[in-house]
Amino acid sequence: MPATVPSAEMTETELLDRAWELSSSVALRPEPFGALAYHFGNRRLTFLKRPELVTLVRALAEHPDARSALAATGVPEQQWGGYAAALRGLAAADMIRLR
Amino acid sequence: MTILEDRPVRARPEGGTLLEQFEFGLDAPICLTWELTYACNLECAHCLSSSGRRDPRELSTEQCEAVIDELQRMQVFYVNIGGGEPTVRPDFWHLVEYAVAHDVGVKFSTNGVRLTPERAAWLAATDYVDVQISLDGATAEVNDHVRGPGSYDTAIAALRNLHEAGFRDAKLSVVCTRQNIGQLDEFKAIADQYGATLRLTRLRPSGRGADVWDELHPLPEQQRVLYDWLVAHGEGVLTGDSFFHLAPFGEKLPGLNLCGAGRVVCLIDPIGDVYACPFAIHDEFLAGNLLTDGGFQRVWQNSELFAELREPQTGGACSSCQFFDSCRGGCMAAKFFTGLPLDGPDPECVQGFGEQALEGLGDQRRLPASSQDHSRLVPGRNEPVMLQLRRREEIEAGLTSGQAAPPVSACAESPLAGFTPSA
Repeated sequence: MPATVPSAEMTETELLDRAWELSSSVALRPEPFGALAYHFGNRRLTFLKRPELVTLVRALAEHPDARSALAATGVPEQQWGGYAAALRGLAAADMIRLR
Repeated sequence: MTILEDRPVRARPEGGTLLEQFEFGLDAPICLTWELTYACNLECAHCLSSSGRRDPRELSTEQCEAVIDELQRMQVFYVNIGGGEPTVRPDFWHLVEYAVAHDVGVKFSTNGVRLTPERAAWLAATDYVDVQISLDGATAEVNDHVRGPGSYDTAIAALRNLHEAGFRDAKLSVVCTRQNIGQLDEFKAIADQYGATLRLTRLRPSGRGADVWDELHPLPEQQRVLYDWLVAHGEGVLTGDSFFHLAPFGEKLPGLNLCGAGRVVCLIDPIGDVYACPFAIHDEFLAGNLLTDGGFQRVWQNSELFAELREPQTGGACSSCQFFDSCRGGCMAAKFFTGLPLDGPDPECVQGFGEQALEGLGDQRRLPASSQDHSRLVPGRNEPVMLQLRRREEIEAGLTSGQAAPPVSACAESPLAGFTPSA
C-alpha cells in the first residue's frame, strides 16, 4: 500500500490497517467530556468528544495498527466504523499521522 | 449572588453536542484575553477597557511570568494579549518570548505604535505569535474620528512593516460601526494588499464604548448589510464569534454561537482581576483576583460567579421567541451596559425586541456606573474629537428645522451677532 494515499481517500479497512500516532506538535488537554487537542503548527483546535476516543488516540503509537489499538482500548467491534471516521477527521487536520 | 448549594445542580450530560458541553464550562478556558496594561498612547472613543493611564498596581514582570507558568500547567494553549496598548510595556517582548517558550502561543492586539521594521522582522522569525492590528475605518477620516489623529497612518505603517518583513497572515481587526459598515469591501482590500486576514468584531457598549454606543452602533438596516456580507465571505473573514446575535437573519454564522463568558472565555486584567469576558470589565462580572485568590486556576474553577454562568441560563422574555435557539438571547455585556435585564433581548436584537425594550424603559433606563476607569484625566494630543463637520448648506437648511445657527464669523463674539429683529 503506497504511503502517499491521503487519509480522506483510504477505505475504512486501509485506515484501520495502518499504524498511526499523535502528531508531535499536538497537545491533548483532558476535559470532562473527553479532551481538547491543540496543534501548535497549524493552530487548530479539535475536540475529542468521548473519553474512549482520547484513550484510543493515546494508544495509537503503541500498536502496530489502529485495529489493534481499538481492540486494546476495549471499543466494541460494531462501533469501529464510527471511530474510523473520527480518526479520518483527525488525520485530515494533521492531529494524527501515519508512522 | 445566589448561594450555590441552594440551587438544583444539573449534571453535565454524557455525549451530546459540544455546545451543551461548553455550557457547563471547561477545566481551563479556550479563549483567554489578558490585558497587560491600561496604559495607552491612544484614547479611542469606544475603548472597551477605558484605557489611558497605567494602573500603579499593574502586575510586575515576575508576576506575569508566574501567570504564564500557570497557564502552561493548565494547558491554555494561547492567549490574546491586549490592553491598553500592550507594546508600551517595556517588558512586553520579553513576555511574548517567555510565553512562547512555555507553550503558550500569543496573539496580541496593537494599534501598531511599536511595530518598527526591526520589530516586524523579529516577529516574522518567532513562532506561535500572531499580530492583530486595530483599524476602525478604511479611510483616515473614518478611523481617526474614533481612534484619534494619526492612528490610521500608524496602523497602515505597521501592516506594511509586517508584510515587508515576511510576517504572514497578520490580522486586521475592525470594530464595526455605523460609520464603517459601508467600507467592508475596502477593509478586505486593505487586508489583501498586506497579506493579512480581516477580522470583524462587534461594537460593545463597554468601557468608554457606553458613551458613544448610541451614536456609533450599526443601524438595523446596517446589521442586515453586515450579516449578508459575512455570509458571502464565510470562513475567509474572522469574527471572534462576535455576531451570533445576527443568526436569526438566516443561517448561523461560523463559530460557537454561544455566550462563552466564564464557560470557555474570560479576561485577566492588568492588576490580576479576572472577569467573565473581555467586554465585561465591571464589578458585576468580577470573578476574583489571581494574586489574592490563590492563582488563576482556582479563580477559573472555583469562583461563584463562574459557577453561576455555567448553569443553564433561562431566556426570560426571549425564551418564547422562535429564534431563541439561534441567538440564545445575545450578548450579556451588551445588555448590561445598555441598561437592559440580562434575561431580556440583546439591544441589537434583529427582531427589534431590543429597541422596544430600550424604548419601554424610557426615563427609567439606567446605565450602570463604571466600576473602573483608566481614561486620562487631561485629554492628550491623540484624543479623538468627535465633532460632526457639516456643510454650510446643511446648516442653513437645518436652521428652518430649529437646529443651532452657525457663528456669523469666527470672531463674532456677541451673542446677538447676526440677529436681525424682524419688525
